Amino acid sequence: MKRTAIFRKTRELESQIDEFCDKVDQGALAFKIGIQSYLDGDVDAFEEKLRQVNELESRGDTLRREVERKLYSQTLIPESRGDVLGLLENMDQILNECEGSMWQFAIEKPVIPAEFRNDFSKITDCAVQSVGALVAASRAFFRDIDSVSGHVHKVMFFEKEADKVSTKLKIAIFSSDLDLSRKNQLRSFVEHIDNIADTAEDVADRLAIYTIKRSF
Amino acid sequence: MDPAVLLFLSSGLFLGWSLGANDAANVFGTAVGTRMVRFTTAAIICGVFVVLGAMISGAGPAHTLGKLGSINALPGAFMAALSAALTVYLMTKAGLPVSTTQAIVGAIVGWNLFSGSLTDTATLVTLILTWVICPVLAAVIAAGLYKAITAGLRKAKLHLLRLDAYTRAALMLAGAFGAYSLGANNIANVMGVFVPVSPFTAFSLGGGVTVSPVQQLFLLGAIAIAVGVFTYSKGVMMTIGRDLATLSPIAAFVVVLAHSIVLFLFASQGLEHLLARAGLPTIPLVPVSSSQAVVGAIIGIGLLKGGAGIRGRLLGGIALSWLATPAIAGLVCFIALFFLQNVFSQQVYRPVVYELSEAVLERIESEGIDVSSVRDLTGTLLVSTPRLRAALEERVDLTGAELRAFVGFAEIDRIEIDKSKLSRLGADLLITDGQRAALARLAGRSFNHRWMLDDALARASDEWKARPATTVNKLFNRRLDEKRRAIHTLFRVE
Repeated sequence: MKRTAIFRKTRELESQIDEFCDKVDQGALAFKIGIQSYLDGDVDAFEEKLRQVNELESRGDTLRREVERKLYSQTLIPESRGDVLGLLENMDQILNECEGSMWQFAIEKPVIPAEFRNDFSKITDCAVQSVGALVAASRAFFRDIDSVSGHVHKVMFFEKEADKVSTKLKIAIFSSDLDLSRKNQLRSFVEHIDNIADTAEDVADRLAIYTIKRSF
Repeated sequence: MDPAVLLFLSSGLFLGWSLGANDAANVFGTAVGTRMVRFTTAAIICGVFVVLGAMISGAGPAHTLGKLGSINALPGAFMAALSAALTVYLMTKAGLPVSTTQAIVGAIVGWNLFSGSLTDTATLVTLILTWVICPVLAAVIAAGLYKAITAGLRKAKLHLLRLDAYTRAALMLAGAFGAYSLGANNIANVMGVFVPVSPFTAFSLGGGVTVSPVQQLFLLGAIAIAVGVFTYSKGVMMTIGRDLATLSPIAAFVVVLAHSIVLFLFASQGLEHLLARAGLPTIPLVPVSSSQAVVGAIIGIGLLKGGAGIRGRLLGGIALSWLATPAIAGLVCFIALFFLQNVFSQQVYRPVVYELSEAVLERIESEGIDVSSVRDLTGTLLVSTPRLRAALEERVDLTGAELRAFVGFAEIDRIEIDKSKLSRLGADLLITDGQRAALARLAGRSFNHRWMLDDALARASDEWKARPATTVNKLFNRRLDEKRRAIHTLFRVE
């Protein structure tokens, strides 16, 4: 069919963007399972997930570069090219943060006292949920502009939740009778995970603006 | 061909070139300015479709312009086109959305005034009305299209990239349609004044395809437009693209489409015929302004979005150019004709001699006009239209239509059906066998007035008879008119 031939390149690019979104989504989910395994003391499972996040991150990088190159070399979407570029780079940043956080767990191997594990699990869940909502918002940005705001709203919600849990957890850490060095170490892990939700929120904020620009 | 002919046509080519440079930007400006379509692609599409539109559908609006005033000497036509071109240039410099149409109409009226010819007020009123209607219609069409298309897109939920690809394709299609409409509608502005004095003769391409003198003129004009597109429109497109940067690609597409539809409506004889058949009122075939259609369309979308971004200055600019463009062009033309005639000793119009013979008066009477009070003029010759008019008005009060009847029937135009010229008609296939046979029967006869030949032909064959003036018959009668004019030109005794 002639029509498919004309728009073949477009469809390729569409599926690459879709795949990139998949990678970010999968990366966040793998991150969640990995952290949970660490909290449960299952080192093998944690390392397996770390490897997976690693691979997803590098595949994400490749896809992002490929998409960016095509957008510019074929002068596609001249109006929203810059926005799409920013969006992809910021989403990639989230994958980097997931990976970085897991590496920190792998390197420092912090001992997490049992009373904090539940909250660590919760904050991870909130961060990952906010990333999930962001991925949904990004997909909507490409296909269904009207439903972007619904997803952006969810990102905001989960980021707030993550903030609440993080504050609560930090207070608990510093009111415990651990050494200051351990308190500081645990705090840095809380912040690492919370940062993922913060980044997701920043991206969502920008996405809301891109969406206004994209409306017909 | 006489080289002087080409010299005289050059002003039309200049007008065509400036039309191409300016108006192609209306069609492809947004697409190229927003980098959705490459300039080379746009220029090729534009050039090809302008030529096609001019050749296929250019005749309707040209006919209307011809009715306004029939410039009967090549130097006169040269100056009319030159004055129009200069006016367009000046107004463009002043940053007004100028219209070639308005300039050429002003120039024709300027020629009419200089040569003392009558201006067909009915045609003039139609023209001026369409100038007002054109941007309004464009606004309405653009608003409707925009609403429909955005609603459709919301439902379709296309991927950003898919939408981008479709928009590019749509911009190119709309641009092609726009260029076709531009060629069809505005070729009349460029070459219309030369139609009555066309220096070309029909020739056959073989295979039954004949290129009429008018089509040759149009081809030449369309090529001038295409050259204007290639050589000069890039900068204009970029400017338009930047100025309209607030338009989304979809809105840009709607603007081009609405503009093209409006130009097409005012150019299509086929559509006119369809409407007439269906018993609907027809749209006058009139050259309209491409720039003003675009501005109208943008305003239409702006109003739909709540009136933001509509500048009073822009509207004022349009209104001003409605008045100023024809006035300046008319004035420039009038003055320039004076110089061309008196300094360069060129014949800018063929002086017309009128004779109110017995036969003429009878013919006028048969149209239901009372001629009793002008009987004393019987047999007198009157040189120039103003003299005829003065002589008539001394004796009787005439309406515009009655005056036009006197002018039309009394004009002396010696025509002789020369046998040797009959064969030259062979190339022009527009004339049917029956019509040709009727003409052959009149061989050797000569006529003092055009209507005498027309009547003789109508008596000789039904195929030369005009049909009752209903909208359905309009197209037939117009074609008949064109054929009659071709015959007059061919057999005229200079």
